[in-house]
Amino acid sequence: MDTEINHFDEMLSASGARSPYTGYDEWFTAQDARRLAKKSAEAEAFFRRTGITFNVYGQSDAEERLIPFDLVPRIISSSEWSKLSRGIEQRVRAINAFLYDIYNRQEILKAGIVPVELIAKNAAFLPQMMDFNPPGGVYTHIVGTDIVRTGEDDFYVLEDNARTPSGVSYMLENRETMLQMFPELFSKIKVKPVSDYPKSLRRSLEASAPASCNGRPCVAVLTPGIHNSAYFEHSFLADQMGVELVEGHDLRVIDGHIAMRTTRGFRRIDVLYRRVDDDFLDPMTFNPTSMLGVPGIMDVYRAGNITIANAPGTGVADDKAIYSYMPDIVEFYTGERAILKNVETHRCSEPDALKYVLDNLADLVVKEVHGSGGYGMLVGPAASKKELAAFAAKLKSNPANYIAQPTLSLSTVPIFTKKGLAPRHVDLRPFALVSPAGVNITPGGLTRVALKAGSLVVNSSQGGGTKDTWILED
Amino acid sequence: MLGKTAGGLYWMFRFLERAENTARLIEAGFRIALTRSNDAESEWKSVIITSAAQKPFEERHDKYTSANVVNFLLRDETNPSSVLSVTKSARDNARLVRTALTTEVWAAVNETWMVLTALLRKPIPETELPAVLAVIRQQSALVRGALVGTMLRNDIFDFCRLGTFVERIDSTARIIDVKYYALLPAPSFVGSRMDNVQWETILRSVSAHRSFRWAVEDDFTAPAIADFLILDDRMPRSLSHCAAQLVDNLRHLAKDYGEVKPSHELAQKLNSRLKDREIGSIFDEGLHEFVGSILDENAAIGRQIEIDYRFNN
Repeated sequence: MDTEINHFDEMLSASGARSPYTGYDEWFTAQDARRLAKKSAEAEAFFRRTGITFNVYGQSDAEERLIPFDLVPRIISSSEWSKLSRGIEQRVRAINAFLYDIYNRQEILKAGIVPVELIAKNAAFLPQMMDFNPPGGVYTHIVGTDIVRTGEDDFYVLEDNARTPSGVSYMLENRETMLQMFPELFSKIKVKPVSDYPKSLRRSLEASAPASCNGRPCVAVLTPGIHNSAYFEHSFLADQMGVELVEGHDLRVIDGHIAMRTTRGFRRIDVLYRRVDDDFLDPMTFNPTSMLGVPGIMDVYRAGNITIANAPGTGVADDKAIYSYMPDIVEFYTGERAILKNVETHRCSEPDALKYVLDNLADLVVKEVHGSGGYGMLVGPAASKKELAAFAAKLKSNPANYIAQPTLSLSTVPIFTKKGLAPRHVDLRPFALVSPAGVNITPGGLTRVALKAGSLVVNSSQGGGTKDTWILED
Repeated sequence: MLGKTAGGLYWMFRFLERAENTARLIEAGFRIALTRSNDAESEWKSVIITSAAQKPFEERHDKYTSANVVNFLLRDETNPSSVLSVTKSARDNARLVRTALTTEVWAAVNETWMVLTALLRKPIPETELPAVLAVIRQQSALVRGALVGTMLRNDIFDFCRLGTFVERIDSTARIIDVKYYALLPAPSFVGSRMDNVQWETILRSVSAHRSFRWAVEDDFTAPAIADFLILDDRMPRSLSHCAAQLVDNLRHLAKDYGEVKPSHELAQKLNSRLKDREIGSIFDEGLHEFVGSILDENAAIGRQIEIDYRFNN
């Protein structure tokens, strides 16, 4: 199916390399393919030796895997980036305003812009967050906005990851790898650095500390532990920020504050960058069987004595049903039209939309409203008749659980293969940091690439790889 | 530093030390099996006893053959003290404390785990055993080199070293404990050449058959060997040397934290039992009893360190 569609390739157009890639193309053409293949193998050995791996759930024998790294960078011009980053900033501001509104006066529901039941029936909505203002008024401190491209000027937001977006360690390590493998490229082409991210993250978290905190705030990263799929990233970020990496059993409530057990006794924490899901955060408030959280942390939080980043309950802003309202949400809170486009989305909860989706299933991508990681989705054009029929049955039995979108003609960027360059579909996840001091977007992001020819699924859990992402200097 | 991190560092280095010590024990046992096949079975049994693994071993195997013992100690994943198991435990602990390690130390531990996991995937034929044991020792040296060469001399370093020396005291004391009878002064051995096969095994188990010769010249007597293993400060695996290291590392911690803890006093007490004394007085005390009490005191120090520095709660 794929070859029939004419995809936009970000590097090579009919008339040669597109302008952001001209410098790279020149360099690449002069390279010996065998040398590049050797470099590629070296990069893999480096990742393995330094343990840049992720764990795959339910695969005990292949417990740790590498995310394949492709050595051809994904390059974005300075002007393309400036539009993207303005769009992302507008969007994360709107999301934070939306969350404040939802957990306080609910004006947007009263105005009839977002249906009440979408919030009321949303598992990510936490009544415990009602009428509470988190420190600094920030709900989602770290956002990873998934963006796809279909043409020269056509960027779409595919997903707003406002809970605990992951992947930023790959943004940093991929650049580090490129710098080591091809230092000469960076003297030839001026690429904006990404290496400030850990410092910016720490500053942004410190700026979000509770007002009652005196002195330099103590920040810690909360991880579910070494068996979590993103453990490498948790330890990497703690290390790069120079803060402690804690687990639930390192923490306890002392004198109304959260404190971590150190070799010198308990020490107060002011800001907790948690990579543990809401449900596991506090067994006294949420899932009582959770061993990963801190009993009583929600009381400390509501008393204003700790910042939890991201705030509990932010998931209400990033599920796929809310997504379809994002253009209205942006307009409602910012008074501006959304700079970045949304993908046209059919909410299967609506009878007309459901009928349309069932009639056109073979052309659509259908996703679970609360799904993630590329699981439980249907890519219509790639599915067999049998798969389509089976999915249609699932859809009819629980329509509200699904949304559908047209199959986008995602842009491609070449990857390096044994036979030379070959186009593969990509997406992009830049990372935005939000604090009372403002929004900070690192010029770069995680480019995920579907390694199988024609595949549109870029998720690392489904065989996707990554690329270094270059934002060029002016 | 988090208490959990201190615990992770301590255990990471206990496990690494254990892997190395197990490799030495196997090497010594293997040598006897090759050169004195009549003694092989009882020698392998004493290797297993030294590793404190008699019960689990006998639950799995009927006979103390080379293949059974080597397999059990090197690659049996159900044996938590096999080299394969402790290497994985060391690496899991390293992942847990990764923020406290330099890139070099982390990479060395991670590589050790990758190399040994691949190496120990299949049973080791006798012809390959010396090479495999050499790799295990080499990997230990790599991690130790990275630690000594790249880590700041702060509390992190101290917890790593405490793990190493608590484990090493345990190992050396067990070796002496299992073969104490060979180290007792007996009239028939006085002045004899170093032809006692047990003496050689003991020295090989601590990689000291050459250094003993250099250090003690030609006084190949049981008391001289016992003195070397217990009281000789120059010998890096002697009880005395290791106890002094414990005291030293705990003193750094006390200075760093501005507080003397109960574990420091226990270590001091252990150390003073090993300083400024003659081996004869230990024989008077009873070698077996003496080493047994050292094992107990060392274990108590380990437990007290865990409490003093809040490894677990």
